[in-house]
This record gives sequence, C-alpha cells and structure tokens, in this order.
Amino acid sequence: MADETCETCLSGTNLTKIYAFGKSRTVAVDNINFCFNAGQVISIVGESGSGKTTLAKMLLGLTNVTSGQIYFRGKPLDISTSKKRKEYWKSIQAIFQDPYSSYNIFTKIDDVLLDCIHLRGGRKVPKEEKIAMMEEACRFVNLKFAELTNKYPFELSGGQMQRLMIARVFLLKPKILLADEPTSMIDACSRASILEMLLKLRDEINMTLIFITHDIGLAYFISDEVYIMEHGKIVESGSADEVILNPKEAYTKRLINDVPKIYEPWDLSTVDYHL
Amino acid sequence: MRNTLKSIFKDGKFRLGFGILVFLLLMIFLYPLFVPNPPLEIIGRGTFFPPGVYVSNLDSVSGAPIYSLTLADAEAKRLASKLSLEDRAEMKTYLLAVGVPEEQINIEDTAALLALWAEKYDPKLNVKGMIFAKLQYYRRLNDKLVSLLDSEGLILARETDGVLEKTGQVLPLDYVNIGEVSSVRVLPLGTDNFGRDVLTELVKATGVSLQIGLIAGSIATAIGLVLGLISGYVGGWLDDLIMFFTNLLIVIPSLIILILISYSISQSERGPTTIAIVIGLTSWVWTTKAVRAQVISLRNRDHVNLSKLSGHSTASIILRDILPYIASYVVMAFILQISSAILAEASLSILGLGPKTTLVPTLGLMMNWAMIYQAHILGKWWAYFPVIVVIALITFSMNLINTSLDQIFNPALRE
Amino acid sequence: MGKTILKVDNLKTKYITRYNEDVYAVNDVSLEVEEGKSLGIAGESGCGKSTLALSLMGYYFAPLHYVSGDIVIDGKNISSLEPDAVRQSVLGQEIAYIPQSAMNALNPTRKIINFIEDVVLAHEPNSDKKEIRQLAETRFELLGLPKSVLDHYPVELSGGMKQRTVIAISVFLSPKILIADEPSSALDVSSQKMVIKMLLDLMDRGLVKAMIFITHELPLLYNVTDDIMVMYAGQIVEKGTARQTVFDPLHPYSKGLMGSIIVPEAGVRNSKLSSIPGVPPNLKHPPQGCQFAERCKYVVEECKTHEISMRPAEGDRAYRCIFGEDVLRKAYNNG
Ligand SMILES: Nc1ncnc2c1ncn2[C@@H]1O[C@H](COP(=O)(O)OP(=O)(O)OP(=O)(O)O)[C@@H](O)[C@H]1O
Ligand SMILES: Nc1ncnc2c1ncn2[C@@H]1O[C@H](COP(=O)(O)OP(=O)(O)OP(=O)(O)O)[C@@H](O)[C@H]1O
Ligand SMILES: [Mg+2]
Ligand SMILES: [Mg+2]
Repeated sequence: MADETCETCLSGTNLTKIYAFGKSRTVAVDNINFCFNAGQVISIVGESGSGKTTLAKMLLGLTNVTSGQIYFRGKPLDISTSKKRKEYWKSIQAIFQDPYSSYNIFTKIDDVLLDCIHLRGGRKVPKEEKIAMMEEACRFVNLKFAELTNKYPFELSGGQMQRLMIARVFLLKPKILLADEPTSMIDACSRASILEMLLKLRDEINMTLIFITHDIGLAYFISDEVYIMEHGKIVESGSADEVILNPKEAYTKRLINDVPKIYEPWDLSTVDYHL
Repeated sequence: MRNTLKSIFKDGKFRLGFGILVFLLLMIFLYPLFVPNPPLEIIGRGTFFPPGVYVSNLDSVSGAPIYSLTLADAEAKRLASKLSLEDRAEMKTYLLAVGVPEEQINIEDTAALLALWAEKYDPKLNVKGMIFAKLQYYRRLNDKLVSLLDSEGLILARETDGVLEKTGQVLPLDYVNIGEVSSVRVLPLGTDNFGRDVLTELVKATGVSLQIGLIAGSIATAIGLVLGLISGYVGGWLDDLIMFFTNLLIVIPSLIILILISYSISQSERGPTTIAIVIGLTSWVWTTKAVRAQVISLRNRDHVNLSKLSGHSTASIILRDILPYIASYVVMAFILQISSAILAEASLSILGLGPKTTLVPTLGLMMNWAMIYQAHILGKWWAYFPVIVVIALITFSMNLINTSLDQIFNPALRE
Repeated sequence: MGKTILKVDNLKTKYITRYNEDVYAVNDVSLEVEEGKSLGIAGESGCGKSTLALSLMGYYFAPLHYVSGDIVIDGKNISSLEPDAVRQSVLGQEIAYIPQSAMNALNPTRKIINFIEDVVLAHEPNSDKKEIRQLAETRFELLGLPKSVLDHYPVELSGGMKQRTVIAISVFLSPKILIADEPSSALDVSSQKMVIKMLLDLMDRGLVKAMIFITHELPLLYNVTDDIMVMYAGQIVEKGTARQTVFDPLHPYSKGLMGSIIVPEAGVRNSKLSSIPGVPPNLKHPPQGCQFAERCKYVVEECKTHEISMRPAEGDRAYRCIFGEDVLRKAYNNG
C-alpha cells in the first residue's frame, strides 16, 4: 500500500506476526495494513494484548516478520544483514514503557548522553562542546545537567528517566521515533510534560512520531492520525478528530466510552459484569 | 570507585572473609621460611604420632646440662602419669579382696592410694579365690611401684665384656632446659600415617590445592562464560550446537570423563597443573547452562534493545549491557568451581588418578591418606580434621567476599 | 450532615530508613469522612498516598513509625493501639485495605475460597468451613462474581476479575471504611470500569459505609468520589468537593495538576497543557515553609520562611497557601 500521494515514511502490507511454541500459536499481529506519513504523529491504540508492542518490535526490526512486508520511504525494508540493520537503525529510535529497565544500571547519565554524541560521529568533538551539547539536550527536557552528572539513571524518578530518554533522542536526531507506552508507568502529573516534550521534539528535529498507548485520551491529545487495534487487527483508522469524536466501529466507541471524562458524565450503567 | 572500595572494607563480612584468605595466603608463603623441611619428608617411624613437642630422649639425658629443682608437685605428677587407670583399678580390686572397705579407696588420689597399698600389700599373703597368675601380676605391679617411689632415680650403665664400665644417675630432681636440648621438634599437628609432619604437609597442600582450584576454576569459568554468552545471546544454530555438547557432557558424569582423561595421561606426567587443567576442561557445563539462562532473560530487556537501535556492535552489547549484570553471578560460580575443583582433585586422588603422590601433597591426597589408614576410626583427628577445616575456610572466606562484593557489582546497592 | 465515620487529626508518621534517616511521608494530615461519602486522594508518585493509607489504619510496623496525631474510627481512638490489637480488632472489621498491586500478591498456590477462610478464621476462629462457603457464595452472587471463582487459583483469573475478587475478599467482614490504593491503575479501561462499578455498588448496598480512594488519575477521582484531597510532599494542600477541586482549584499545585488532565473530549486537544517544572522536595530534608515554594510560579519570599497551615475558603473547603482565594483566582485568570 505504498501510497504515492503522501510522502510515506513507514508503511506495511499484510503484516502478520505469529508466535509459535510447539503446538500453541498466538497470532499477535493479524494481517494489517498501514501507511504512516512523514512528519506526522501517529497513535496506535489498543487494549492489553492487542499486539501493539509486537507491531512496534517489527517496525523496529527487533523481531522477524512472519509474513507481509514493511516499506521504509517507499522501498521494501531489508534488514537481513547486520550491516543493513544498523543502517536502518540510524533512522529510527524508540522509547519503551518501563523506564526502570530501559537503562543499563552500570552506566552513568553522562555516559548515556555521551554515547549518543559518539554514535552521531561526535567522537572527535572537543570536550567543552560535548558538554554544551549535553547541557542543551537536558535543558530541552527541563532537566539540569549539572545535577545529573555522576549520577545513575535509577537515582531519578520515573518521569525524569523518561525525559532523559527524550534527551537521548534529541541528541540522536532520528527520522522516526517509536514511543511504546512511554507514559503508562508515569503518574498522571508528569505525563503532560512528557507529551509536550515529545511534541516539541517532533517540531525541533522534524521527525515522525509513532505513539503507542492504551489511553485513548492521550492518543487524541497528541496525534494527527489514530489507528485502533483489537486482537492484532486494525479496526479503525483516520485523523484523530474523525476517529475520536465520530467513531464508527463499536469497539472504538466502547473504548472511548470506558474512559472517565470530566465534561461529560461517565456512563457506568453499561457495565456488563460478565464480560 | 575509591569510596566504594572504602565502604566495602567497612563491611564486617568482607573483612572476615578477606582476613581469612589473607591469613591462609600468608601461611602458605611465610611458613616455609620458618620451617624449611620438605613437606613429604618422612620423619616418624610409625603412624599417627599425636601433636606435641618432641624432645630427644638421648640428648636430654646425656647432652644437656642438669639443673636440680625441687618442685612440690613433681612427684605426684610423675606418679600420676605412670600409674595407669587399669593399674589403679587392679589395686582397688586387690584392696577390696583383702578387706578394705570400699569407701576408703579413692583411685583418683594417687598418694592416698599408694599409702594404702604400702600398708595392706603383702606378697606372701595368699588371697582367697585369686589365681596364681593374678598374684604374680600384683607382685610385678608392686615392684614397679617400689621403683617409682625410689628416690635414687635411674641408673644408666654401660658394660663392655661384662664389666661395668660407666654409670650415670638420673635423679628425680634433675631437670634439663628444653632450649639446651640439641634436638627438639615441634609437631603441632603430629604426624600422619607415613610419619610425616602434618602441619608442614598441610601448608604445602593448601597452596597446591588453591592453585589447582584457581587454575581449574578459571578454565571452567572462562569456557562456561564464553559458551554461555554466545549460546544465550547469539542463539540460532550456535546455541543448538553448544547446547548439544553441554547436554552430552551432562548426561555422562564428569567424573567418568575425568577418570578417562586422567587414566590416559601417564602417572609420571600427572602434575598438579595437568590435573587442574583436566578438571577445568570437564567442569564448565553448569556454568554454561546458568550463564545462558541469565543471558536469555537479559537479551530481551529494553536497555539491550535500545543499545541495538543505537547501533552498538554485538560484542560491545555483550560486554557493556550483558556482562556487568551477570558478573556477580559469574564470580559466585567461579568460587563454587574452585571448591568443587579441590574436591574433584580429592576424588581423583582416591582412585589413584590424582597428581603424582611423591612430589607434592594436596588437600585431597591428605584426606585420602587419612581415610585409607582409618584415622577417623582410630581417633587420630589431627590427620584429617585440619584438612577439613582448611577446605571449609577457603570456600567460606570466598563466599563471604563474594556476597559483600555485591556493592561493586550493582551500583543500585551503593550508598 | 451524616455521622462522622473516620476523623484524623494532625497525623504525622515517618519512615526510619536503613541508614537511620527520617522520612516524613505523612506530615500533619487532618481529614474527616462521613457515612455514605467517599474521599479521593490525589497526588504525584512518592507524595505519601500509600503511606497515608497505612497510617490511617493505625497499623504501624518498621520502618513506618507513628509520631503524633489522633485517628478516631466511629468514636473509637485507635492511634494508641498496638499492631497486634489493630490486626485483631481494626483490620477487616473496621477498615478494609486494598494495597497497591494487591492482586499480584495473592499466593498462587491457594484457591480463592482459602483466602476467604483465612479472613474469617482470623477473626472468628471457631467458624465452620461449610458456613463460610455458603456466605461466600451469597456474597459473590450479590457482587456479580460467578460462584465458580471460589474454586479457582488466582492465576486462572483475568486482571479485572482478580481485582474484583480481591475487593470482595477485603470487604467480606463488612468493614465501615474501605481504603482502595490504586485499585484500577494496572487494568484496561473496560476492567477499570467494572472495578469502579463494583466499588460504587458496595457503597450503595451499604456493605461499606465510607470509602477512601487513592489514585493519581484525576478524571477517575472526579467521577468516583464525593470529595477530593490533593496531597503534596506528605501534606494535604487542598480539600474540597470533587467539582470544586477539579474546576476551581485554589492551591497552585492543584491548579497545575488540573491543567494536566487529558481526556478524549473535544476542546482538550487544543487546550494548552500546564506542567509543573522541577521535582518534589526530598522528604528526608523537607524545606522550611511551603513545601511547594520551589516549584511555584507565584512564590514570594515569605513562602520560604513561614510555616503555612490549612486555611478555610468559601464553600466548606480548605487549602494550604499564603495567598487569599481571590488573589489566587485573579492570578490564574491572568495566566
Ligand atoms: N515473545 C512472545 N512470545 C510469545 N507470545 C508473545 C510474545 N510477546 C507477545 N506475545 C503475545 O502476543 C500478544 C500481543 O502481545 P503484545 O505485547 O504485542 O501486546 P500489547 O498490545 O503490547 O499489550 P500491552 O498493552 O499489555 O503491552 C499477546 O497475546 C502476547 O501474549
Ligand atoms: N520503606 C520505606 N522506607 C523509607 N522510605 C519510604 C519507604 N516506603 C516509602 N518511602 C518514601 O515515602 C514516600 C511516600 O511513599 P508512598 O509509597 O506513600 O508514595 P505514594 O504516594 O503511594 O506513591 P505511588 O503513587 O508511587 O504509589 C516516598 O518518598 C518514599 O520514597
Ligand atoms: Mg506492550
Ligand atoms: Mg502508592
């Protein structure tokens, strides 16, 4: 479905992932098609087990595709050799759900950021310049570099860790950022700032943001396009306003209906205990 | 890093473990300076001499200057030490037979017993119901007691051609200074079944066994670590291949392989190093399995995925994102490998497939000798108990050190 | 006004860490819950919500220690009771507590009915197991849980079902107050809805007389509880009805929180989110004066030096700030 009309960044046709262990087979992603445009924010929304993370791992090239094809900038994605994989990985970065397991606990924060500079060919840059770059990245996510030096990531709060992740991405400047539930382990109070920083980052380095979440409210707030996933299938997609304000599918309606709101009443009468 | 080291040294567990290890190492290096005798020199003609200070009888009688001391309790002690418990019991039997009431006889009180004996014993008396042999025995016993009480001491004489040439007298008041006796040997742990000094042997054996443990442990851990990392992280056909060999080795008990390999090396070439290498080459299996399991659980962690996305090479991911997480575990496995290598060497030695026995002792060989000569049944504790203590100390101290090293291995635990 | 079920006055508790430092996780908290009402506690991670829940029950064990204050449940002061006495006569009967992630802490080798037996036998050692089962079946039916759940192991239940079972077990002895600590945070929206419905049902049927609901999801609190308290660094900074707190927050911190609400409703998408810069203070060394001063947009010199206490505001509410409500409202209107 390599669409000619839009500048596609990532797209997929008949993408399927089946986990097979002996006789048991789990169809985690079931024959889906999508087309993510460059520079947009795309949300993938679904409940637990709907296959969001599996799709993310496939897009990142971290797991094999069972069948179907991913296209990167219109060309079939080829990551069969480690060299090609590394080339692809220069254009894509990720932020994962659990900030506590996203860092190597043996690496200090300075080294986390320094590593990003080195990976972008900044090994020969003078030391002062490197520090200036790290300071800039920290300032971008409202952290103070001076307070972070010589600390380990696990000494920060969950929200700060995720912000540091964004600082990393800021230094790496990828074409695509895939954020897999980056705020689901963060309390609601720090969530807003992380979302804003992601949007700011998108504007700053002009990347495509793929935002995976189970919270349809977040998806609505952040994205241009929304894909709703249920049991490995995409049941509805379209622009955020279209999908959230005028949902067509029963599943989408239910998802929206189930979220507590503040302007409209939250309808609890529909709850069926025997679901 | 410096602060971490400091805080580790403040930890009681670490200090204890480190202290024990340093003590053992100091023993190994310093002891030979003070006791330079070869560790396998046979000095005792007989088995299992008990621990103690051995003074040359001849030198103390004839070689050393004599000092006269009147010590009040000397006679009592001498009597007490010469009069065995059986003799005392026999004396009591006799005294009862001649009609002394039981409550008057106290076999603990040597002086009173002797006084009673002197009063009641009559060699001519034919005690009723006592056989002749028994009476003879009492006569001899009496002679011995008389000579004990004799204040003239001991006459040493030499005769040539039936003529008394020279006599010397050793009086009860005569003493020698142990420092002036020319030949004295301290055997703190006595001798073993071959009459070798156990302590000297033990110190040497500790060194050799530690060396075997270290070599074998290093080899096994290195092989296990490398294979485990490859098999766990790289996966695929390499994993299958490595697991095939690992499972093969698990099915065949490693002792059997050890025996076969040892057997195929001739006795003359079997030094401790050879044995250590053989042990190392056959005992990496469990380390491989354990490392692989840990790596598999780590390789899907998000920080590894992020490292991959950042473009780090596989080698660098293994080194920086996997290895530190399992370091603590690997050190523990290494320590277990050391102790099990020491024990494996012992098992081989029992079968006679250990290192050549005539060159150096090992802890395993010492245990083996003690068992074969039934030291444990005969109650010769000094031949085996110190060996057990040393093996326990080695593993105990290493485990203490390992548990307190967690702070180094895991920065999240640092203060 | 209904009867007061729970009244807490100036409660202060602390953790004593391994390194012998004091962490003041609950600092001068006063609250009151009336019969038939529910109270929500909101606040960011680490502000002391779970600690407050533990402290409310008077159930102290190391490293948590009681410092001062009174806890009165239905006219009975429990703040001076020993932990054993609390376990005997308060837990389960007076107050039921559903800890954070309780549903993952169930012993996986036991069936649900065994947990219920434990709860009952702990308080009435001579009960008959058959009777307990009978009771459990009626209770489960009443709460819309299938009877068959009783013979399942925890792992055999889905997340939502497991959490509802945990709630049913906790309120088995019909306690006066139910404290639920983040009961739905780990669940899907649909299961979350079921859990909430069940909690509200419990209140409706009078199985519990009052409820304290802890979460950091404000829209959820707004829909579930009558009153909301906002907690910051161990202190209550604002209390009022749900509507007041969400739509007319007074304390600058609550204002910031309410500005970070994200819901799938028109209007939200184009509104500017407000996020609060900085991090909460370290509870080992709480700052003098207002705890929020460091992060506050409207801070003045006095904030950092003056101890600030709760002040009443119009509409039977209270907040902890140096400024009057009019001053604050004006400042908020000017952005
Ligand atoms: N490595 C794996 N091996 C086998 N099955 C897996 C594996 N990873 C995921 N699955 C299965 O695939 C399905 C989709 O899982 P996935 O993690 O993609 O869901 P998700 O939408 O990310 O859920 P969540 O919101 O809980 O993160 C689930 O049924 C899961 O059990
Ligand atoms: N056992 C403990 N020892 C020392 N300090 C503790 C202990 N448990 C919690 N704390 C500290 O007490 C404070 C309050 O913790 P608490 O668990 O009550 O927060 P919370 O509001 O429930 O957070 P969350 O939303 O993450 O559950 C935190 O700063 C925490 O670091
Ligand atoms: Mg997921
Ligand atoms: Mg909590």
